Amino acid sequence: MTSILASSLAELTRGDVEDFLYREAELLDDWNLDDWLELFTADARYVIPCTGDPAGDPSRDLVLVDDDRLRLEARVERLNSRKAHREYPHSNVRHLVTNVRLGGITGDELPVRASFTVWRFRGGRETSYVGGYDYRLVMDESALKIRSKRVVLDMTVLRPAGDVAIIL
Amino acid sequence: MTLVTGHRGPAGDVAASALIEEDAARGTFRVHRSAMTSRDVFDQELERIFAHTWLYVGHESEIPEPGDYVRRPVAGRPVFMVRGAKSGQVNVFHNTCTHRGAVVCRRDRGNSKVFQCFYHAWTFDSEGSLVGVPGRDAYGEKFDMSSLGLARVARAESYRGFVFASFDPQVTDLVSYLGGAREYLDLVIDEADGQLQIISGTQEYGMQANWKLLVENSIDGYHAASTHDTYFKYLVSLGTDLSVGVSGVTKDLGNGHAVLEYLAPWGRPIARWEPLFGPEAKDEIGTLRARLVAQHGEERARRMCDLNRNMLIYPNLIINDIMAVTVRTFMPTSATSMAVTAWEAAPRDELPEVRQRRLDSFLTFLGPGGFATPDDIEALESCQQGFASGGVEWNDISRGMHRDPQATDEEQMRAFWRRWRDQMDGAR
Ligand code: FES
Ligand SMILES: [Fe+2]
Repeated sequence: MTSILASSLAELTRGDVEDFLYREAELLDDWNLDDWLELFTADARYVIPCTGDPAGDPSRDLVLVDDDRLRLEARVERLNSRKAHREYPHSNVRHLVTNVRLGGITGDELPVRASFTVWRFRGGRETSYVGGYDYRLVMDESALKIRSKRVVLDMTVLRPAGDVAIIL
Repeated sequence: MTLVTGHRGPAGDVAASALIEEDAARGTFRVHRSAMTSRDVFDQELERIFAHTWLYVGHESEIPEPGDYVRRPVAGRPVFMVRGAKSGQVNVFHNTCTHRGAVVCRRDRGNSKVFQCFYHAWTFDSEGSLVGVPGRDAYGEKFDMSSLGLARVARAESYRGFVFASFDPQVTDLVSYLGGAREYLDLVIDEADGQLQIISGTQEYGMQANWKLLVENSIDGYHAASTHDTYFKYLVSLGTDLSVGVSGVTKDLGNGHAVLEYLAPWGRPIARWEPLFGPEAKDEIGTLRARLVAQHGEERARRMCDLNRNMLIYPNLIINDIMAVTVRTFMPTSATSMAVTAWEAAPRDELPEVRQRRLDSFLTFLGPGGFATPDDIEALESCQQGFASGGVEWNDISRGMHRDPQATDEEQMRAFWRRWRDQMDGAR
């Protein structure tokens, strides 16, 4: 797979970051979760706060998803198996990523915000998820990696989507 | 699916006794699938069950300060619960202005001294009294503001922090209603030193399945090993030994309430260590356990620490004290769909590292993004889809009828269905 090579975060353009996020979206849409996992650092976090509580802090509050690297790997293994019944067979998914904005570099991290719509189709049913991504990206052995991905949903309840069994 | 002949009573209502077939001698218990598919059944449930039982509103810990409120539907009706600034008591009001109807509490949670209807600006205080009417002179001398306060839901009572309401003024008192469920609710509350708190954050999800399928599923020990294989694999990968299995008992607690109490391979924040919690937690969990033994004696402490409880408080409240404590309620939105609301409960003054382990333990299994709940959703929707196929009229719920019911049996579901049948046929 392609990875973005740059000597420092400061050299990255918005186009570079967009390419990276589009690549991530493509891996998710293709259900290539093993390669998707490789985009994350060893100390990565993947968090989805509850709808209605966008500021939810997983160390204090109930959220929907709070994966460290270990649980992220377990999630991928689960979804790759034939025993994640909600996602076997897999939904057709399409991650649309837009409104990408780069923040100022803080320490070794580049904050990035983006908007998304994720479409999910399965068994004649169509659902969608809409919200914002908050990324913290780092340069890890001259490859761009995700240290943190926080998914803030705009829906006020997780209906009709019902669940977040897919990766957003 | 249409109701089979003979399922209608003389008044044209659904005769639920014809939808439940119990034969103790033969050890069979069957539920007619129209109970999960019929619109008439759904309409009758709203009238005969949800309008007359106690229903969970929320927990007092959600509104600790005077003026704190939460707004939510109960049985599909918008209500809100507010701690009165004068009385310090929990008030549960119908969320509708006494003038011409607008909703007066318009945020999910917050703190407010007054609730002002935005339409014509009538203002109510946190005890429900009407305290302000713009242009009051227009109503003349006899205008009685004291009769125009917010309407209270007919009955509201709290059991050790769990607030229930009923739309039926004649409903029996809450403690009598809870009956045998009290003992188990007490265990959950006492293991938290009596200071149970609802953690901030609400999971609001849903599924395309009849609500009674989630009643069954929430207290179903039989499906754990088969449906939740990926969760158990995760535990094994962390070093958990699955040979414990799921073993214990299930009980009919009266009034439709039921529980299973059992040993399971997962760890419990209070207080059964498993590798999931990390080696550093071992001593601490041991200390917690020793404290509970000192306070409650060996036998009760053992139940608190080692045993899991999946409890149904009829008709639609689940309190599962398992790898974490979840409080879950759900309401049908049609015969074939429901809205689910779930919270997590924990001891109020838990240490941050214990709380973190509890939060992790919850999310790994529970909730719409967990490693187990999505597969439950799939199972229930799959049953609902299966019903639509027809050809098979009855569900079999007879597991364990010939023996003292075990945790993987179905006696707890039969307890629910018997009460459901009686209420649908007119019992209060
Ligand atoms: S409807 Fe509330 S003030 Fe008129
Ligand atoms: Fe389950």
